[in-house]
Amino acid sequence: MTLEHFMPRYRETLESSPLDLVSQWKIAHPGTKIIGCYPVYTPVEIIHAGGMLPVGIIGGGNRLEIAHADSRFQSFVCSIVKSTLELGLTKKLDFLDGIVFHSICDPARNLGSVYKRNFPSLVVEYVHFPQNMTSPHTAEYLAAEYRRLRASYEKVAGRPITDEDLRRSIGIYNEQRRLLRGLYRLRAESPQNVSTVESYVLTRLGTLLPPDEHIAVLKEALPELGRRNEKPKDRVRVVLEGSFCEQPPLELIEALEAAGCYILDDDFLQGWRWFLEDVPAGGDPIRDLAAAYLHQSVYSGVKHDTRQPKAKHLIDRVRETGAAAVLILAAKFCEPALFDYALYRRALEKEGIPHLYLEFEEKMWIFDKARSEVETFVESMLFD
Amino acid sequence: MAEPATKTSYQGRMHLMQKEIMGRYFDRLTRAAEHGEGNAVYMLISGNPVELVLAFDMIPVYPEINALQLAVKKASLPFIQKAEEMGYSMDNCAYVKADVGLLFGGRKTPFATIPLPSLILCNYVGCNVYLQWFEHLAEYAGGNLYNLDIPFMRNPSDKPLAADLAYVVRQLEEVIEICERITRKKLDYARLKRIVSLSGETGERWAKIKALTKNIPSPFDAYFDSVTMMAPLYCLRGTEEGLRFFDAVYNEMEEKARLGKGPLPAERFRFVIEGPPPWPYLRTFRDLFSKWGAVAVASTYSTVGGLWEFGFKHDSKRPLESIAEHMLQWNLTNRNFLQRYEQIRRYVEDWAADALVIHSVKSCRLFSAGQGDMREHFTKDLGIPTLLIESDIEDPRYFSEAQMKNRVDAFFESLEHKKILHGTGAGGRA
Ligand code: SF4
Ligand code: SF4
Repeated sequence: MTLEHFMPRYRETLESSPLDLVSQWKIAHPGTKIIGCYPVYTPVEIIHAGGMLPVGIIGGGNRLEIAHADSRFQSFVCSIVKSTLELGLTKKLDFLDGIVFHSICDPARNLGSVYKRNFPSLVVEYVHFPQNMTSPHTAEYLAAEYRRLRASYEKVAGRPITDEDLRRSIGIYNEQRRLLRGLYRLRAESPQNVSTVESYVLTRLGTLLPPDEHIAVLKEALPELGRRNEKPKDRVRVVLEGSFCEQPPLELIEALEAAGCYILDDDFLQGWRWFLEDVPAGGDPIRDLAAAYLHQSVYSGVKHDTRQPKAKHLIDRVRETGAAAVLILAAKFCEPALFDYALYRRALEKEGIPHLYLEFEEKMWIFDKARSEVETFVESMLFD
Repeated sequence: MAEPATKTSYQGRMHLMQKEIMGRYFDRLTRAAEHGEGNAVYMLISGNPVELVLAFDMIPVYPEINALQLAVKKASLPFIQKAEEMGYSMDNCAYVKADVGLLFGGRKTPFATIPLPSLILCNYVGCNVYLQWFEHLAEYAGGNLYNLDIPFMRNPSDKPLAADLAYVVRQLEEVIEICERITRKKLDYARLKRIVSLSGETGERWAKIKALTKNIPSPFDAYFDSVTMMAPLYCLRGTEEGLRFFDAVYNEMEEKARLGKGPLPAERFRFVIEGPPPWPYLRTFRDLFSKWGAVAVASTYSTVGGLWEFGFKHDSKRPLESIAEHMLQWNLTNRNFLQRYEQIRRYVEDWAADALVIHSVKSCRLFSAGQGDMREHFTKDLGIPTLLIESDIEDPRYFSEAQMKNRVDAFFESLEHKKILHGTGAGGRA
């Protein structure tokens, strides 16, 4: 099956009801446990190594009506917290055996507790990721946290999760992430050949399918994308930042590009592409995963690493990709993204890198305003 | 029917004493800022490890206290707006914005000049905004930044894990090394033990003071009067002066309890309150409740810096472990939301309250995100009358007095109605 065939089909599924992919899979594999992973990053290997399927529970998109969750979470809380609760309350997550939240922000953390109270049959886990990246004792702490998680998932899986299982899963996810890095490289090098929507669809699939199935999809898609040979259009090349948790609608991503940009790099679905290189799979796998988190993961709005300012990372990324500008696309009410912006803006202005700040909500339907803002920005850059 | 508005003008000895000792503390900040006397350590309120800082004679500076003082003095808005001009969002926590605005606006306030930090110690206890706040301060003000990472209470057993405790103690040792470098002094371990022991005494006194509000009538308001005691608890815990203050407060309140005196002419309703206060409108807010003879008998806000009323006491025999336990387990902010439900339930029962009031503030999502679920739990599962009202902790633009008043009045009217029906008095008792 060629890209032209499956891309529209997958896109349609992702836009209407992405979780159908998982519930259908569950019907075909009734004995397999499924664990939902809230953004941003989950050490999915630990789940997978127990013979279970980790899937991304990444909001409700723009076709889910919020009828119950808005009485639990206030108007000033981001959309994804509410849509995630709504999915649970309207029984759209019944295929899950567990769900895991992380220390990314206060609303997501409270959501974990609200889940625990409202869905007593779900195994609700909470991972506290370390925020001290300089102490020599942090690695041991994180390894202990992962061991705790492993013990919890051994209970769910009803079997031990051995180091051997873990090493195998690390190997599989390494391959998946390597292919995704390849996809992103292709797009950064020749964005005229791979649209951001295409790369998004291909990446998002990986949050819904078992990794080996996703790997097969990527292995077919990548060479095909590599063979394309489109002529570059006169567009502004940008790096996009700020969408690491809640995800914008695909139509918005499309509108941004159509308004005259090539998005060379982004932080969509960041947790599923977390590592800059392969996680070593030879030693103690729990320690390897923990060390990789500390030393070879991407910078992120939810990881506060005092070793190097986030703004420096962003500027490096602009320089490395050869982008001419930055598009900040922050989820409305997303505290980490909004705070980061203040520092990004300062640093970008200092470096003389133009930027445009936009906010989105996953539930948005109308993109005209965003589109015209980007058009104006692009015009100001192209005819400067 | 409500009685004519009762304005609260209560000023006990404790309020005067607090003004005096906090005045001295703020003078110290000003001297540090203007004459370079001493090393300032920026820290955060939640589960603060003030004992360590005091052991080095460094000056604890809490940007949160500065921000709230600005709000109380109705001086926060220009600073908030200054930060918004720099790129901070309308939707960011306004404590941070007021503080950033203050930093760029000269650090002068009506109560003190704020010194620049020798150390920016981000005690990351529960609040994720803290990490970014101090990351930003470090960028703007320079200075050492250390993220003291406190693993959240995620364990169902309600106890920190052994690995968590070990991790925090190791980090405290690193903080000691940093302080040694800054002050060029070795840690005086005996002195630290003495300070931790004073902290233990102070916490115990504070818990005894809090138990007094179980009396009917309650001798003071566990929200509006408790906040007066919070700044000394964070800035002066571990000092003789701090302990003397809490001793005096205990004596004053114990006497009032014995004499059956409360903060209002008559106590007609007892409530538990969850959430931080609206600092810019504190008096107005208080009067909304006073009018109904409603007294707060317990508050979650008074436990952000530490939770002493359920048995915790700093132990000078294990100073670092005990500081770590305080940071991990014995404060509100590092506890999960369901533990907070449990804390509130205990308050309602043990402090014999008629109702729960949830003050939902936009700035502080640590407190507020999900309070609708909390209301659901307390009304539906536990049958406790619950009122949820919204405004902000710092930003005066989010306070709508008329709307707030309508909600509060309607709530107490219906509560009064219920009381008449059931023939019960204050405290839900017949
Ligand atoms: S979108 Fe932002 S605020 Fe909302 S859950 Fe994600 S990280 Fe937290
Ligand atoms: S979010 Fe709440 S706890 Fe955190 S800095 Fe703001 S007011 Fe303080």
